[in-house]
Amino acid sequence: MGKNIYSAGITNYSTTQTIFLQLLRIVIGWHLLYEGLAKLFNPSWSSESYLMDSGGIFAGFFQSLASNPDVVNVVDLLNIWGLILIGSALIIGLLVRPVSIAGIGLLALYYLSHPPLLFHTYSMPAEGNYFIVDKNLVELVSLYIVYIFPTGFIAGLDRIIFRNKINKTD
Amino acid sequence: MKRRDIIKGLITIPVLGPIFIAAVQKSQVLKSRQSIISGDFDQITVPKYDLQLTNKEKTIRLGVCGAGIRGKQLIHALGFPDPGWIDEMKINAGENQKDTRYEDYMSQQDLNVVINGICEVFDTRANEAVMAASNAKREGKSGAFGTSPKVYRSYKEMIGSPDIDAVIIATPDHHHVPMTIEAARNGKHVYCEKPLSWSIPETFAVRNEVRKSNIVFQLGHQGRHVDAYHVAKQIYDMNMLGKVSLVRTSTNRNSPDGAWIMEPPQEANMDTIDWKEFLGQAPWHEFDLKRFFMWKCFWDYSNGISANLFSHDFDAVNQIMRMGIPSSTVASGGIYFYKDGREIPDTTQLVFEFPDMNMTILHSATLSNSRQEGKVFMGHDATMYIDNGVKVIADQFSTRFSDNLKQGLIDSTEPFFSYSSGQKKTDAITSATNEYYQSRGLYYAYRNNRFIDVTNLHLAEWLNCIRDGGTPSCHIDLAFEDAITVLMASKSYKEGKTVFWDKEKEEVYT
Repeated sequence: MGKNIYSAGITNYSTTQTIFLQLLRIVIGWHLLYEGLAKLFNPSWSSESYLMDSGGIFAGFFQSLASNPDVVNVVDLLNIWGLILIGSALIIGLLVRPVSIAGIGLLALYYLSHPPLLFHTYSMPAEGNYFIVDKNLVELVSLYIVYIFPTGFIAGLDRIIFRNKINKTD
Repeated sequence: MKRRDIIKGLITIPVLGPIFIAAVQKSQVLKSRQSIISGDFDQITVPKYDLQLTNKEKTIRLGVCGAGIRGKQLIHALGFPDPGWIDEMKINAGENQKDTRYEDYMSQQDLNVVINGICEVFDTRANEAVMAASNAKREGKSGAFGTSPKVYRSYKEMIGSPDIDAVIIATPDHHHVPMTIEAARNGKHVYCEKPLSWSIPETFAVRNEVRKSNIVFQLGHQGRHVDAYHVAKQIYDMNMLGKVSLVRTSTNRNSPDGAWIMEPPQEANMDTIDWKEFLGQAPWHEFDLKRFFMWKCFWDYSNGISANLFSHDFDAVNQIMRMGIPSSTVASGGIYFYKDGREIPDTTQLVFEFPDMNMTILHSATLSNSRQEGKVFMGHDATMYIDNGVKVIADQFSTRFSDNLKQGLIDSTEPFFSYSSGQKKTDAITSATNEYYQSRGLYYAYRNNRFIDVTNLHLAEWLNCIRDGGTPSCHIDLAFEDAITVLMASKSYKEGKTVFWDKEKEEVYT
């Protein structure tokens, strides 16, 4: 990959690779956006009990967030709008690289607050069985793939925004 | 810009459409579910108050009768912890940040009371209680202790002492009435553990004495401060359940403690236990360590499961439905598991009829299985289930919810209302995230972001009434209803007959 990140894929990705990389970006965006909207439209949703239920070495930090109602409100707001904005941006292919990093950060927080350890059980039971690797981690790693193989410039608003850079190398 | 660039740049935007449409549709369904319930669950309130002491000026001087397991718990709830417990909790908090018991306890309000007397017939317990009662600063073993309370063998002497304003009674049941009457006659306020009494005649006597006096009487049903019951009462009053014809409660336990088995400590003997004071007005019996430590298993001092376990359930249902004393009771059961010389049954079924309310209450209990079944209020339109929280589930053949069930707006397999203590607000949609709070049980109320021991709230309410007047939530008339009901059940079991209550004549008969 050259210095210009937008120069790599256009010439090197096969059509199938391009389609599935874009699909990966869009399905992750879909998941995050719907999660954010569902929380936005449910007036009684709060992150409080999720934070209280935290386990692992960072549990103290997440629980301390939950102990202050004002902090909980800020966390709720950041979480809801973080999900909505990151999800929408991934779908429409807007600023895919920085948005992917933001998404990775958010998913890392989910992962670290509820790490799937061997003998640790949470109040909210998982729907499957996980050890070290759970769906948050899989999504996080997938988002990193979206980051290193950006596709917003192939189909997405990044194509319009960064058209000059793309055209130079096209 | 090329046309191809514009098309490819905007091509994924339509993907947003179905997501927004789905989210909006889902929110509309949630909204219509909420609006289906005509009373609207938004009206339901959860107590936010901390039962702050209204007037802390006056220090109330207490005497504690009985320093066994419950007596020590009450001393603890008053703000006088066993120093060993403080040390242990500090270590636990250091090792596990989730363990907030020390922090929660230390933030518990100061009730401004002193314990000037401990009346206890077993020396070891008296010494332990003195240690805790002098720990007003809530410190560990190396801490500075305050003045020690005086130890009494005779409750009459302690109640008569001029440095006692009020007494807490946590003795075996057969002492409750003699002690309460003695206190009422001496103008000393009473907080008495449940059940109020041991026999039917003395239940009438104690009610008369308390009514005649000016004392503040509180029965120790700390469940009066459980948030779930407050919420459940509002749901019942809103007629959300339709006609309720059956309420089912149960208390199942499966441990030696739960079956009231206690090994006597080595130092327990005729020299360290005042046997005569223990017996009090009970029939004479030779010194017997089993009777002393396992008094709940013998009819001379206790009325078994009915008085010790069902009493809690009765008071919970009475809070919610205000049904009072049943018109008849049938009890059955037996000693089916613990063949250890006990007299009271370890398995019982109690049936209470309330024809005025067209309703039955059924209580079942076993001491050899710990399945938790909660309290179930079975209405024509919905079932209300109370365990550590409250859930309301529409009945599949409900008249009221019939259309909503057909339209799929309500599902008869899932609660359409659920509440757990500590939840931000009541919620018409069940959330799996409620589970965390449910795990905290019925022993704590959530106030100001902290879990408070409901016993502390119940004691605070009693102290408020002593200082400022007013009637506590579990006053003598409610204590009377509770006692008559549980004693009717034990009478039915012992005599093998249906026991009736004549409401007009206020008479129990078979």
